[in-house]
Order: sequence, then structure tokens, then C-alpha cells
Amino acid sequence: MQIYLPIAEVSVNAFLLFGLGGMVGILSGMFGVGGGFLMTPLLFFIGIPPAVAVATEANQIVASSFSGVLAHFRRRTVDLKMGTVLLVGGLTGAALGVVVFNYLKSLGQVDLLVKLCYVVFLGIIGSLMFIESVNALRKSRKGTTSAKRRQRGWIHAMPFKMRFRTSGLYISVIPPLIVGVFVGILSAIMGVGGGFIMVPAMIYLLGMPTKVVVGTSLFQIIFVTAFTTMLHATTNYTVDVVLAVLLLVGGVVGAQIGTVIGARMPAEQLRVLLAALVLVVCGKLALDLLLEPSELYSLGAAGGH
Amino acid sequence: MVRLIFALCLLCLPAQAAQEQVVLGLSQDRVSITANFDGSEILIFGAVKREAPIPEGPPLEVIVSVVGPSEPVIVRRKERKFGIWVNSDSIEVDLAPSFYAVATSAPFDDVLSRTEDLRHRVSIERAIRSVGADMDVQGAQEFAAAVIRIREHEGLYSIRENTVAVDEQTLFRTSIEMPADLTEGDYQARIFLTRGGRVVSKFETAIDVRKVGLERFLYNMSRQQPVWYGLMSLVIAIAAGWGASTAFRLLREK
Repeated sequence: MQIYLPIAEVSVNAFLLFGLGGMVGILSGMFGVGGGFLMTPLLFFIGIPPAVAVATEANQIVASSFSGVLAHFRRRTVDLKMGTVLLVGGLTGAALGVVVFNYLKSLGQVDLLVKLCYVVFLGIIGSLMFIESVNALRKSRKGTTSAKRRQRGWIHAMPFKMRFRTSGLYISVIPPLIVGVFVGILSAIMGVGGGFIMVPAMIYLLGMPTKVVVGTSLFQIIFVTAFTTMLHATTNYTVDVVLAVLLLVGGVVGAQIGTVIGARMPAEQLRVLLAALVLVVCGKLALDLLLEPSELYSLGAAGGH
Repeated sequence: MVRLIFALCLLCLPAQAAQEQVVLGLSQDRVSITANFDGSEILIFGAVKREAPIPEGPPLEVIVSVVGPSEPVIVRRKERKFGIWVNSDSIEVDLAPSFYAVATSAPFDDVLSRTEDLRHRVSIERAIRSVGADMDVQGAQEFAAAVIRIREHEGLYSIRENTVAVDEQTLFRTSIEMPADLTEGDYQARIFLTRGGRVVSKFETAIDVRKVGLERFLYNMSRQQPVWYGLMSLVIAIAAGWGASTAFRLLREK
């Protein structure tokens, strides 16, 4: 069934979009990532203009994250206090990110920088997570429980301490604020929710328990992506609501299934899977940059509307 | 005397030009882009009206072209730098139609001479203009060629030789396929009658390509009330997320 998208001005198969939405939704529910870093490139592949793909994806992430966070609320695995602190940072970062994005756009190299950002961040985070979680898996097999908090030293030395009851932490608000700002900047530049950066940052940097991390990151993502959607809708007019609805029908159902799967799988295995996934996407993007493209030329709208 | 001859010639010209005229029919003069729009096929047919008998000499040939609205396009070329492929040079092509289809009744070079092509801008190469292109960039022509290559690949540009059927040098018909990803606007259908590579008559008409219904409503809203449009998108997203979550919980509880 072909559907014509009013803003993207292309005709696509509706079932293809349901399928994509569902697949990415399952991952979103399992890992607490918005799925934007997978969906945005996939939308490019099926011929949606990049500007529309990025803006619409932000809108769709709102839906799948909302659906996911409700499930986490019921299981009481959302740290609202930590989420709010991250959110304050995130909104600041997103606003900053838009400024940076427009600056890069004026240099005319925005595509390349976005892709390089993807390769660098996905590569670093994927590798770190993979090594960490494989080690953790080995240890848990040997029977030794590892309860280490490596960054306890300098994080605990910072002022403005706050008690995060749900996470069982008593730390300064500065590290979560910085994480929030950083993720906000990246999410505005890369057109993603930023969960794939935030989840590892919360686990390894802030030392939050894995079970709480997913729900809390979803909670923060909802607001940051909603903010991004509004920015895109009012400045670039690139949010395609028909595309968003088609994606989120599949996405919200997928997110529910994903949350159930995530709750039944051991945390370490979940992390190995997420790391492998991140590395696969990174590899694909790196290949695109390294191999000679079949078409050296590309077309873009002049004046950028 | 010279002046008189000149005046006579002027009088003769329109008479000669009007010797063979196009009477045109279109299967549809508007294309409505609805929610399930999946491309369109327009049948273009017509007859040649003439007061005099069919002239001697080369046979009558017909060219039909459909042109979409033109927009400037930026063409970028990738180059290998530091081991990765990055955009380096770019050129702005001033006018490149968003859609261009040409159908002819015989091989293109036989139907239209180069000078006539230059004058009427019929072939795809002529329809694209890059006046004021930056000549410092090496191979500026390759950029225009790239626009054609990419759009031909997307099915937006096409030249279809021998697809106009001409009967008895009087009746002609062809069909032009339009893909699903059309740009909105006034499309121009142009019909040329040629003899021996020269244009003897020309006819133009417009085909209106418009979004209708929900498509039109959403598009207008996104442009005119962007804040409400954005909020509506968010409300839909949150409602869908909540709906799915609730539905799943109810399903599991049962």
C-alpha cells in the first residue's frame, strides 16, 4: 500500500514503514535508546529527504519513548529526580546544539561532520561497552560478584550533592548536568534522542544501576526530542506528521514488546547485545566514508528551505 | 520598396506559421496528489489542423514534452581527502526542472536540429541552465551532467524516442508517466510539430499538479501555523504512545 507523504513529498510503502517502526521500537524498549541512530539512516535509505527524516524521527522518538517510559513507571524503574537534572542539562545542550548545527551548515560540511560524529561516538562507546560487558559476563560466570564504583573518587569530591533515592546515589549534580548538556548538543547535531550515549554515561560515569538507567533515559529523551520537534517544526517546516504516525504505530507496539524482552534478559547480556548493535551501525557508516561512492555527485536544494 | 517587401514578409510569416496547427486533448489537465497517490499516467493526444493539403517534403514529426516547475539546485562533488570521501566542490545550477519528460515520434536527432533545440530548449541538456556557474571549479559541465544522470536514475528525467504514434501525418498520441514523488506546481505540456528538423508549429498548455484533501490541509498547516502543527504532532505522538502502552497492559492482564 503506497502512501504519499505531504511534507517529504515522496510516496512510500506503508507496510515498510510499519516494519521499520516495529523493529526499531523493539530495540528502543529493550535498551532504552530512542532508536534514532538506527531509524534516521534507514529513512535515508528508503528515500526520505535527510532534513525531513531527522525532524520526523525526533517526533517519532517522543511516541516510542513515552510508550516505553509508562512501562518503566509501572515497574518503578524511573529516577525522576535524576531525570529532571539530566533534562535541565539536555534542554540547554539542545539549544546550544542548534546553534552549532547552523554554524556547521554555513560551512557547507554538515553531512560529513554528522557522519563523523556517528562513527567516532558509536565506535568509542560500542567498543567500551563491549569490553566492559564481556568482562562482566566472564566474572559473573566465575561466581565473583563485582560491585565496583570506579569514579567514586572525583565525583564524590564535587559540591552541590543531592540524594537520588531511586538510584541509590548521593552525588553532586554537576556530573549529571554535564552529561545532559553533552547529550543535548549531540542529539541536536546528530538528529537522535541520544540514549546510546546517555545510557553508557549513566552506567559508567554516574554509576547508576542498569535497571534504572533505561527508564530514566527514556524519561529525559521524551522532553528533549519534543523540544527538538518544535524547533524543527517552527524553523525548517520539516516534520512530516503522516510519516511520524506510520512509524510510531509500529514503534509504540515494538517498544512494548521490547520492554518485556528487556525485563526478562540479564543486564550483562543486554549490554553485550547493545554494544554489538552500536558497532555494526558504526562499521556501516565508516565503510560509507572510506569506500568510493558509486555516485560522486549529490543534489541539494539551493538556499536550503 | 525594400520596406514594402519586408512588410509583406512579415504578413506572410504568421500565415505560414499557422499552416499546420495543433488541436490538443489531454486525458486530464490536473493531477491530484492524494494520500494514496502513486504516480500518474497522462494521455496526450491531438490532431494537426491545416487549411492546405499536406505539404511535400520530409514527413511531419511530433515532440511532446512535459516540464515540472524549475528550482535552483546545488550539486556537490565528493573527493578523497585524508582517506575519506568528503564533499569538496559545489556548483549552483540556476534552473533545473523538477520533472522533465520528452517523447518523440522518431530518433531525437532526426526530429529536431541542434539550432532549433537551442532556440526552444527541448532536450534535457538544454532545459538545464547553469549561467554564472563558477568557472574555477574544474569540469563545470560535469556538474550539469550529474544533475541529469541522478534525476534520470530517479525517473524524474526521461527522453522516450519513438513513443509518439503519428497516423497519416495528422493524428498523434502518447502517454507520459509521472512518478510518485512529484513537486507541486504548474507543469507545462509543450507540443512541437517539426519537418526536417525545423519546428513548424508549437502549442503549450498547463497541467496542474496539486495536493488535495488531507495532504493539502497538513501541508498548509505546517507552513502557516507551524507552532500548532508542531504541538499537534507531539499530541499525536504522546497519545499513540500512551494508547499502545495501555492497550498492552490490558492485554497482558487478561
